[in-house]
This record gives sequence, C-alpha cells and structure tokens, in this order.
Amino acid sequence: MRAVLPWAVAATAIVALPFTFPGGGTITILNQMAITITFALSYNMLLGQGGMLSFGHAVYMGLGGYGAVHLMRWIETDGLSIPLPLVPLAGAFVGLAFAALVGLISLRRAGTTFAMISLGVAELVVASAVIMVTIFGGEGGISADRTMGPRVFGSQWFTAAEVYWLIAGWAFVSALLMYLFTQTPAGRAANAVRDNAQRAAFLGISPARTRFVSFCASGVFAGIAGALLAINLEIVTDEALGLQTSGEILLVTFLGGVGHFAGPVLGAIAFTLVKTVIGLETPFWGLYTGALFVVLVMFAPRGLAGIIADHLDAVRRGQLGKLMVPYLLVTCSGLAALLGAIGLLELAFHLREAGIGKTALTLFWTGMDAAHPLPWVAFATLGVAGCVLCYRSLPTLRARLAEVRTP
Amino acid sequence: MGITSRIRVLLTAAAFGTASLSFAAEPVRVAYIDPMSGPFASTGAQGIAQFRYAADVLVNEKGGVLGGRPIEIVGFDNKVSPKETLIQLQVAIDRGIRFIAQGNGSHVANALNEAIVKHNRRNPDKRVLYMNYSAVDPVMTNEKCNFWHFRFDANADIKMDALTDVMAADADLKKVYIIGQDYSFGKSVASAATRMLADKRPDIEIVGNELHPIGKVKDFTPFARKIMASGADAVITGNWGADMVGIGKSVIGAGFDGPIYTFYAASDGITRTLGADGKGKIRIIGPGSLNPPQTERVGVYVEGFKARHPDKDVAQPRITHVVSMLAQAINDAGTADDVAKVASAMEGMEHDSIWGGKVVMRAQDHQAIQNVYVMAHSDENISHDLDNSGFGLLREATVEQAGLNSPTTCDMQRP
Amino acid sequence: MDWFLINLIDGLVTGLLLFLLSSGLTLIFSMLGVLNFAHASFYMLGAYFGYQISGALGFWLALLVAPLVVGGLGALVERHGLRRVHAHGHIPELIFTFGLALLIEELVQFVWGRAHVPYEAPAALAHPAFSIAGNAVEAYKIFMILLALGIFAGLLWLVTRTRTGLIIQAALTNPQMVQSIGHDVPRLFMLVFGAGTALAAVAGVIAGPVLGTFPGMGVVLGSIVFVTIVIGGLGSITGALIASLGLGWLTTFAKASSFSGADILAAIGQEGVADTATGALADLTTVTLPQIGDVLPYLVMVLVLVLRPSGLMGRRET
Repeated sequence: MRAVLPWAVAATAIVALPFTFPGGGTITILNQMAITITFALSYNMLLGQGGMLSFGHAVYMGLGGYGAVHLMRWIETDGLSIPLPLVPLAGAFVGLAFAALVGLISLRRAGTTFAMISLGVAELVVASAVIMVTIFGGEGGISADRTMGPRVFGSQWFTAAEVYWLIAGWAFVSALLMYLFTQTPAGRAANAVRDNAQRAAFLGISPARTRFVSFCASGVFAGIAGALLAINLEIVTDEALGLQTSGEILLVTFLGGVGHFAGPVLGAIAFTLVKTVIGLETPFWGLYTGALFVVLVMFAPRGLAGIIADHLDAVRRGQLGKLMVPYLLVTCSGLAALLGAIGLLELAFHLREAGIGKTALTLFWTGMDAAHPLPWVAFATLGVAGCVLCYRSLPTLRARLAEVRTP
Repeated sequence: MGITSRIRVLLTAAAFGTASLSFAAEPVRVAYIDPMSGPFASTGAQGIAQFRYAADVLVNEKGGVLGGRPIEIVGFDNKVSPKETLIQLQVAIDRGIRFIAQGNGSHVANALNEAIVKHNRRNPDKRVLYMNYSAVDPVMTNEKCNFWHFRFDANADIKMDALTDVMAADADLKKVYIIGQDYSFGKSVASAATRMLADKRPDIEIVGNELHPIGKVKDFTPFARKIMASGADAVITGNWGADMVGIGKSVIGAGFDGPIYTFYAASDGITRTLGADGKGKIRIIGPGSLNPPQTERVGVYVEGFKARHPDKDVAQPRITHVVSMLAQAINDAGTADDVAKVASAMEGMEHDSIWGGKVVMRAQDHQAIQNVYVMAHSDENISHDLDNSGFGLLREATVEQAGLNSPTTCDMQRP
Repeated sequence: MDWFLINLIDGLVTGLLLFLLSSGLTLIFSMLGVLNFAHASFYMLGAYFGYQISGALGFWLALLVAPLVVGGLGALVERHGLRRVHAHGHIPELIFTFGLALLIEELVQFVWGRAHVPYEAPAALAHPAFSIAGNAVEAYKIFMILLALGIFAGLLWLVTRTRTGLIIQAALTNPQMVQSIGHDVPRLFMLVFGAGTALAAVAGVIAGPVLGTFPGMGVVLGSIVFVTIVIGGLGSITGALIASLGLGWLTTFAKASSFSGADILAAIGQEGVADTATGALADLTTVTLPQIGDVLPYLVMVLVLVLRPSGLMGRRET
C-alpha cells in the first residue's frame, strides 16, 4: 500500500492539473515538465543509482529525438501506418543502440575517466550533427508533422492539450518502469557498484557489466524523453543533444536530490517553473539560477528531496515544533534579503535599458519610479537587514536541526 | 497560502504577464521573440528598444491604430534557441497575441515559420502573422514561403546580388576569398557569391571558400594566414557576433589590406572593437543608410532615439518599416484580430521609408523590395556614429530597389 | 616552409595560452579533486579586470594587478565556498563551480554589458615584429610566448626545487600525512586555488586583446582546458605543457590545412566514391579538416582515455 500511494498521487495529479489550471500556457509548461521529469529520472539512473557522472547525457535524448522525428517524417512521406503513441519506441531504440555503443568503450572505470569520455563523446556527436546535414538537418534541425499518422483514440494530435495526455502517459509509464528497475537485481547491483566497486567485484558482481546494464537502460529512457520532445515541438535541433542540455540536466537532477528516487521529479518541476515563469519576467533568470545553485549546494547539498526527507523524520518524531521559530526567522529574513537584492538589480537594469525618461516600472506587482531614491533605499535597507538577520539566526537553526536529527 | 494556490498565482502571473495600459483603448500587442539573455542578448536588447521607440514615435504619438489603439511590444526571451522559441510562441498565442516579430538566427526563423504555418492550419480562429525583420535565409521567400510570413530585410541573395554588382565594377579585383560560419546562412552566402561572381566577372578567381564551426573558433589566426597566403584582393564573410569580430581582427592583424565585405560588422560593440583598424577595410551591405542622412525625418528620428537610449543604436533600420507598415495594414484591414485581412492589406503595400526611398512588400513572395547600400566603416563624414565610437557607416554605393525583378520559386497559397 | 613556420609560431601562441590555463587547473584538480568548471570564468575575469585596470593604470600594471585581484577572489571562493562544500563530496563541489561559472558570466554581462569591450594591446607592442612571406607577426605575440615560457620555468622551479613545492607534491599524493606532520593543508589548498586562478587571469589579461574580450570568451575555451589536463596527465605540469603545445599545434595546423574527406578517399585510391556519394556519405566526403579542427582535441582525449587512462605524463589513473 505504501509503495502504491505515491504513484496514485502522481496519476491523480497528471489527470487533475490541466483542469485545475485551465489558463492558457499551463499545458505548454506541463508538457515541458513531463519531458524534463523523464529525462532527469533517466539521468539519475546513472548519477544517483549508478554513481556515474556524465557530461553528455543529452546525446541519448537528442538522438532519440532525431529517431522519432525521422519516423514521423516516414509516416508522412511513405504513409507508414504507425500511430503516434508508438513513436517514442523509436526514440527508445535509438537511445539504447547508441548507449550500448558508447558503453562498450567507456565503462571500465567510473569517476573522472567516465565523465571525461562522456564529455568527449558529446563534443564529437555535436560536431557530427553539424557536419551530417542529411541526418541532423544542420542548425535548423529536422521538423515533422505529428498529425499524419492514423487516428488513435479519436485524436489527430492537433493541439498541445491532446498531446499532453500522450506525453504525460509516457512519462508516467517510464517513471514507473525506472522505479521497478531499481528493485531488480540489476538495479541493486548498480547501487552496490556505486558504493564500492571493489567489494562488489569480490562478491562476484562485475562492475563493468553492471554499469553497462544501467547505462543502456538509462539510454532507453533518455531516448523516450527525446521522442516526447520531438512529438511536442515537432522539431529536433542540435541543441537537444548539446552540452548545455547535458549540463542543465545535471543541475536539475542535483537540485531535486540524487539520493532519492523522486528527487529528480521535484528538481524537474522546480526548474521548469523557474525557467518558464521567471524567464518570462526577467532577463536575469540565468543569474538567479546560478545563485540558486551556489546557495543550494552550500546549504542543502542533498537537494529538495533531502530537505523533505530530513523533515519527514522530524515530523514522525513530533519534533517539527522545535524548528518552527528559527525557520520562520531564517525564511523571512532570507526572503527579505533576496527581495532586496533582486529589487536593486532590476532597478539598475531598468534604468539602463528602458531609456531616458522611462523610469516607471512594475516590480513585485508594485508600481515605482527608478529615478526616485525611495525604492533604492527601501530595497537596500530590506536587503541589508535581511542579510544581517539571516546570518544571525542561522546558527540557532543549525543547532536545532542537529538536535532534531540525533534521536 | 497553500502550495497549490501559490503555484496557481505563479501560473496566472505567467499567463497574464505585466500588461501596462497607458491608453484607455486596448493595445494591439506584438510579441517580440528574440534573445534577451545569454550571449546574443545585446542584439535582442537593441532590437526591442528600437521596436518600442518606433511604436511610440511612428504610431502611438500619432494616435495609434484603429482610431486610438496603441501598439504595444511584449518581449519574449528565446535565448536564440529554436526550442525556446516554439515554447515562447505558444505562450504568446495563449496570451492572445496575434502578431509575432522575430529576426535573429535563420535557424530560429525557419523553426518559427514552420510552427506558425502548422498552427494557423490547425487553429483557424487563432491565426498569427510573422513579421520577420532580420532573418535573411532565401528559403523563407522561396520554397518555404507562405501567406503568414513577411520579410522586411533584403534576403541574402538580394544582398549578394547588389554586392557583386558593386564588386564587378572594380576592375582591379582579381582574387576573392570567401569564409563563413558552417551553417545554412554561411553556406548560402558562399554559394550565392560563387554563382554570381562567376556570372558577372568570370575572370575573378575564388581563391578560397571556407567554412568554420559557428561560435566555437577560439583563434582565427590560421584562417587569416591562409587568406594572406592566397593573395586575395577581397574577402567576403557572412559572419556575425563574436565570429565577425574574430575574423575581422585577425585578418586585419595579419596585414590584410583589401576590402572585407560583410553583412553584420556593425553596432553591438563590433564597430567600437574594430575601431581604427577597420577603417578603409570593412564594408557592409544592407538596407538603410544614415551617413549622410537621406531625409530630414530620419535625422530627427535617430537623434530622438539616442536621446532616449544614449548607449544603443538604431542598428536595424527596417524595424521602422515593420512598425509603420503593420500599423498601415491594420488600419487598411480595419481589424487587428482577423490577421488574414491584415496580411492581404500588407501584400503589395508601398511605403515611403523615413530612411529615403520606397519599400514595396512584393505580393508574390512577401519579400520587401528596397534600396540596398554598400557602406564603409569610417570616421570621416560621419554625422551618426555607432557604439558612440566616432566610427559609423559611410554610404559608398546605392542599388535602387534591389532585387525588384529577382526570381522566386514561391507558389503563394492564400486562404 | 614559410607556411610551416608561420603556423608553428601561431600554434605556439595558442598552445602556451592553453598552458597558462591548464597548469593552474591541473594543480587544483589533482589537489582538491575538483573538476573546476569556473576556471575559464576566472580567465574571463582576468581579461575584464585587465581591460578595466589598464584603462586607469596602463597595461603593464594591469598585467600585475589583475591576476592578483582575481587570485584573491579565487582564494576567497575556496575559503568560503568550496571548503564548505568539500565535506559533501565531489559532485556537490562540481555543481558549486558550475553555478559559480553561470553566476560569474551573468555578473560580467551585467557590469560590462553583453557586447565586446575595446581592450587593445599596448601601443608599444602593437606593431609587426617581423613578417614571413607577407604575414605579419605582431610583437605582442612574441611577448606572449616569452611571458608564458617564463611562467613555465618559474612554476617548474617552484614545484620541484622549493620547500613549498615539495609540500605541494606531498599533499598531492597523501594529504592526511602532510597534515599530521604539522602542515596547514587547508591553507595550502586555498593558496593553490588562488595561484591557479591567478594564472588563469594572467592568460585572460594577455589573451583579451588578441582573442577579443566578451562574455562568451570563457565558454568558448571552456571544456578544452579539461581535455588538456586529462591528456597531459593529472597533476603533471610538464604533461600540461606537452598536451597544451600538442593541442595548440594540432588545431592550428588543422585549420591551416585544406584536406577534405574526398582527399582522403583519393589517397586510398577511392576517388569514385566521392563523386557518387549521396546523403550522409556525401556530407562526410565534403567535410574539411579546418571545419573539424576545433573538435580534434576531444577525439584525442577519448582515444587517450580508452588506451592509457593515466594520460601522457600522469602517474596515477584519472
């Protein structure tokens, strides 16, 4: 029962979300989120469960996407009678094939050797994508029309909303399969090899073969994520397999927490929200994301899932009350510091970019005048006071946390 | 406030954005989808400033469109990524925006073009128009032309045709070296240059035709050495951004003396960086010329812009055409919602450019036909400089109504 | 011959520049075990500080001051950031430098803008020193070569001939032992990190005028520095030099050549294939060496790692 509950919640959320937030733009964000979740979970099969740090995981997603987009083109031009919901299988196949190929040469060692080989392979694949225009379409990518296949469930997949059910469904099934994988002997062996490869070898588990199995499985799901991306946008370009995408998924997975199966899911949800919602409001989303990661890694290196896990424990032992006051202090002062810093940055940016005479702006739903000293003073005071208070109240929080953690 | 309601607030904020209403009447909104963060953000920031200024000065201060509705430019950051662009397009459509302006990156433009065709076919009640103010891949007004796309810049073939006309007139020119970025635009520049030079001046030898990876080259010196060794009299390049600065600096640094013909070697810090070294060497081809100004209006317009944005330039003259012609088309059509009517009004429109000369939106392929100029990077006789560097673009040659009779393979399908 | 000579000099400049970056990184990597993704960001900071300071104090003082400032920043980052994260393992450290790189790039854009800044070589060196067959070689490039060689000699002396160097070498292999005989290893880590970033900043100050100073300059160089130290062997300064020079010449000669896929086919007597090829095969036959010159180092790295995981001069496996 306890194992089924989270999945039931997830399934309910998938069905309920589009109806809860019917506003325009929601479906676009949800589709994005589902794809990122699938991709992040597949990445964590390597990083969290297998202890393999990859700098080139987007390669498998990108290639899976190209596989799917080519299949959709064949459906259109050659009239293949393959329904759209089966197209992700093409992505899975391409992801698996390439992962098996790269796995053959790169898995003798984990650690830096594996990481650097993954980086090198990623650069080489990106370079090939630019050169082999026939397959990858150059920087313009390959586009297709998803509506050309046979009709399924009465849907021709015209709108993002129709596609949502397909993407969310595949993401759910993939997540479930990835979870089941962790319960198989192969999944357990991956954990053993991650923790101590030498010991695992003594126990008769071949580290290289164990890594190979994880790596191939991870390639399959990355390929599915790529295919979902291809279905969603009907185009795949070389950025899907690029290094930036690879770096991003490392950050997403880490943000969520590599130590817990649901961590990457949280990371993907949070990151998609940050990128789409904050990205629409400010050109500094990159700055804020960078700062977020630096702060997170310094204060919560186990990610969002780690934070939650810590407190679930405290809740179970009925000790959450002890944490309330210091939390309130740290959160409020931290938010004030954040608000102050963001405010100053946005004011300065507005003054520089909007042009002379255009000093009015809306920040945090409040109208203000960037030429007037008042908002500057207000934000600066808020920021400094927040910083000082936050810094002062942190030790208390740490002490209480330590107290709560030791039973 | 619970987590769900917090998310709902975030999502609602995303959906409705920050529409600022300065007019009582509902504004006609134009989504500007271009880079606002990342390495190409300065181009995007320049562009949106020019769009907003053009909307204010050319339309809103004169009473707006449809009897008092202002034009509002809403920025969407696409990070010059096709994927992000399509997501932002979706968000813009969800917000009820019907006019899309985009210009940076032919790959982005092609992805956007295809997505808009599909969207308009599948959602006849929510169609959108695409104002392409800067992407010059010829494909978009040939094989992939469509009723919803309008191009306001001269396309790469038209520019190259004008440029090779000017080059062909130079009797001393014997050897030309072509170098560009390894992608569709770089390739189309190279093939157009080879084809047209062979046609106009068969005696000119193409001594080098080279592609390099886009945005990845750390040091252009080896390429510059090859250009020197080839004995070229002139260089043609379609490079932009850091790749333009890189090739320009290293070719000049290696001691090259002849003209370097470019498409994008101006503003965004490039003029300032090339500075005195580029004088007498860098040439640029494009529409819209400011030194000397051809009309009184444009001088006033540019000075007004510099008064508002002292650190920016009016680097993309055709933005004034986009805004003016869109306003005109909306007024002629009498609607800002039925974009098919607006598109019909735009077809064949003749417009008196504030930059001088006439702009015609050719109906058969939606390519704007306008004067194209060859301009030199210089600090003499410059009344309007770029990057506040004292250097600007001095008009050297004019090709009137460039590409007026240029062929197109477009078979325009009208709804 | 002229062609060879001129590219030999250009490749030397590229290689030595790479060495300034990789020598610092290889020390940091082998000592702290961190894949420092922000290393190229410190290089960029060096260029921007060089530009800013040379505007006020002139180029020569900037060459001295900018690396000191950036090195100080690096030491602060190690002291107050990395050291904290160190306890949690290598991946959090890596994420920290990842986030830091993002942060530095965005801050640079905020302060100096997104476009190129006009950072120029000092007037005293901005003239051709000599020319080979019409190709000018600027005096500034000769200066870059001499400076980098001087730094290599200094580093080698420092690491192999001084007491500090011996402690560093000892700490590389066995930090606990060094700590227990009374040396302040955390302080040593901080110094090495600061010195490494200062070296990167030197590279930035002297490369800025040649390669352009813009927010993307760190990313362009980015991972190639890792490639260099992995090929050279972790912790080996001589290995870093050999790998840097090798990669400098490899990329320079690749770009300077004009081989294409069709030439290779012709060389093995298969001319016909190139003429009849279609699709992906045709893409391969038309590709030229200059087109792929900048990705060759990655190919070399993959081959090295598969065949000899300790790198060229490394004594232990990566």
